Amino acid sequence: MAALIQVDGLAKDYQMGSTLVQALRGVTLEIAAGEFVAVMGPSGSGKSTFMNLLGCLDQPSRGRYRLGEQEVSQLSSDELAQVRNRQIGFVFQHFNLLARTSTLDNVTLPLLYSRAPLAERDARAKKRLTQVGLATRMDHHPAQLSGGQQQRVAIARALVCDPQLVLADEPTGALDSHTSLEIMALLQQLNHEGVTIVLVTHEHDIALFASRIISFRDGVVVEDKPNTPTDAAALLNIQR
Amino acid sequence: MNFSATLRIALLALRINKMRSALTMLGIIIGVAAVIVMIAVGNGAQARVEAQIKSLGSNIIMVLSGSMMSGGARGGSGSQPTIFEEDATAMMREVDEIQAAAPTLRGAGQAIAGNANWSTIFYGITPEYLEVREWPIIEGRGFEPAEINGSGKVVLIGQTVAENLFGTASPLDQVIRVRKVPLTVIGVLEPKGQSMTGQDQDDVLLMPLSTARTRVLGVTQSKARSVSSIMVKVKEGADMATGEARMRELLRQRHRLQPGQDDDFYVRNLSEILQAQEASSKIMALLLAAVASVSLLVGGIGIMNIMLVSVTERTREIGLRMAVGARGRDILTQFLVEAVTLSLIGGLIGIVLGVSTAMLIAKLAGWPTALSAAAIILAAGFAAIIGVFFGYYPARKASRLLPIDALRYE
Ligand SMILES: Nc1ncnc2c1ncn2[C@@H]1O[C@H](COP(=O)(O)OP(=O)(O)O)[C@@H](O)[C@H]1O
Ligand SMILES: [Mg+2]
Repeated sequence: MAALIQVDGLAKDYQMGSTLVQALRGVTLEIAAGEFVAVMGPSGSGKSTFMNLLGCLDQPSRGRYRLGEQEVSQLSSDELAQVRNRQIGFVFQHFNLLARTSTLDNVTLPLLYSRAPLAERDARAKKRLTQVGLATRMDHHPAQLSGGQQQRVAIARALVCDPQLVLADEPTGALDSHTSLEIMALLQQLNHEGVTIVLVTHEHDIALFASRIISFRDGVVVEDKPNTPTDAAALLNIQR
Repeated sequence: MNFSATLRIALLALRINKMRSALTMLGIIIGVAAVIVMIAVGNGAQARVEAQIKSLGSNIIMVLSGSMMSGGARGGSGSQPTIFEEDATAMMREVDEIQAAAPTLRGAGQAIAGNANWSTIFYGITPEYLEVREWPIIEGRGFEPAEINGSGKVVLIGQTVAENLFGTASPLDQVIRVRKVPLTVIGVLEPKGQSMTGQDQDDVLLMPLSTARTRVLGVTQSKARSVSSIMVKVKEGADMATGEARMRELLRQRHRLQPGQDDDFYVRNLSEILQAQEASSKIMALLLAAVASVSLLVGGIGIMNIMLVSVTERTREIGLRMAVGARGRDILTQFLVEAVTLSLIGGLIGIVLGVSTAMLIAKLAGWPTALSAAAIILAAGFAAIIGVFFGYYPARKASRLLPIDALRYE
């Protein structure tokens, strides 16, 4: 299968006063379209740094990054914004929803920055909200939703522009185990529909839902192995 | 991204933060309202002075009966008759600059009509008086030559006198008794309002000079033909100073004053006094406008402060917007549109507030105010410019952030 993501010697340094923190020290790997990758590792091992580079939220200090047909390191900031808008969906640990803004408006947000016609926006946002099981919560504000529901709004928002790639940094980090399971079932279902997913977690149980597990330590990859994913939906059924 | 989407984003953001939006607008509202009110008050004061100049008639010089050395004692103005009816005729004849000179005799007394009585002042005048004061008769007629020369028992009355003696009834052909002399009302004068000293100029009776002298005041022989003042009108376009100097020279000659001897009359150039007042009211209007501009500027700085705080407060929101595809310029336009929308709405509310306050001041305090379209447009335009100007800096700051730095912001 064609590689969706190709990184070569990717590195990121942070200058903290007089000391140089090497958060990422040369990562080389490929991720194919349709994969479900879990990025594991202890706290501070560089997982988030890696994700932010994949998501074009940050610029690498060294190394190359290819996303699909594009050499990301050569894009202007406007082009990067467009890549984030069209090709990548983000799911954050703390949801990052706009406060005092309805669920529907939150999900519509990325469409406002794409050239989606007005008539299409609402329909697309509603479709994604229905997909994550929140059809009846369109007018609610984030504060009126549970953590799991908020994360589902965030997932609907990540999907609304039909991206090829969804990046999720500790998406279950703020949720209880049952709700985490629901979120993982949702991500697995998306993956079955063809969306490539890269998931950062430091919990081994969560990583087991992925089809490939990459382990980081001190800014380098220490292990990269395929995994037979646990079926989250099946687990949910057993719990019921 | 198109403009309607930007507008939508900005309006949504403003609605979500109602309290902050209201506080931001407050500065602009107060600033714009202050500019409008202060300019209206300033212009109103200026307009009042201008109206007074007009009501007095332009290019007016007053000659008052002056002191004369008599037995070593110097009398006050008007204590000795020093100017005469003939002085006025001579002025008109011999000084080219003078268009008209109106001799007047002044008196005060009760005016009685039927059961009503009213304490007022009266002037004995010649027809020149109405010309000099540019004072039309709105009802009835003026004096006939026969009445002027033959001490006709006729009178012209001001609006205030008419109202107090006759109410709403027509005063024409009614009889007023002044110092027991019955006078028939032949005309009513156009209302002139207050003079610059706050006197009601419409509280007045005008009668022929001869009538005032012989019938009403009963002047003694020694004072025959003397008058209390001569009101002089200089010709349109003629030089006031030259006219005044030539008139003074003529009067000194006629009064046989030696060089070095003091004038036995006073000359008051009323237009000059009014013009000085006009100049000071202009300065006041300017000062008011300056104060108002400062408050508008402070309002603008308030907008900048709140925009800066709001950018900082909303850094994570900006990061999120960038993560889902907002470009730097989308963020920039969003914040600019927010700022401009705030200042435009604030400007509009300020206009409404300013206009109604100016009208309220005019109504309740009785101050003259003059609303000007220019001031309103100026204030509103300034509000919009302030919005862009002070909105730009924080907006640019926000648009330059790296997405990850904005997202991680604590
Ligand atoms: N903005 C930053 N400035 C300085 N150091 C940073 C910054 N972001 C991350 N780091 C450092 O880089 C290393 C990797 O961090 P991170 O990628 O967040 O780890 P993880 O997500 O695996 O916990 C850590 O040592 C962290 O302290
Ligand atoms: Mg992390």
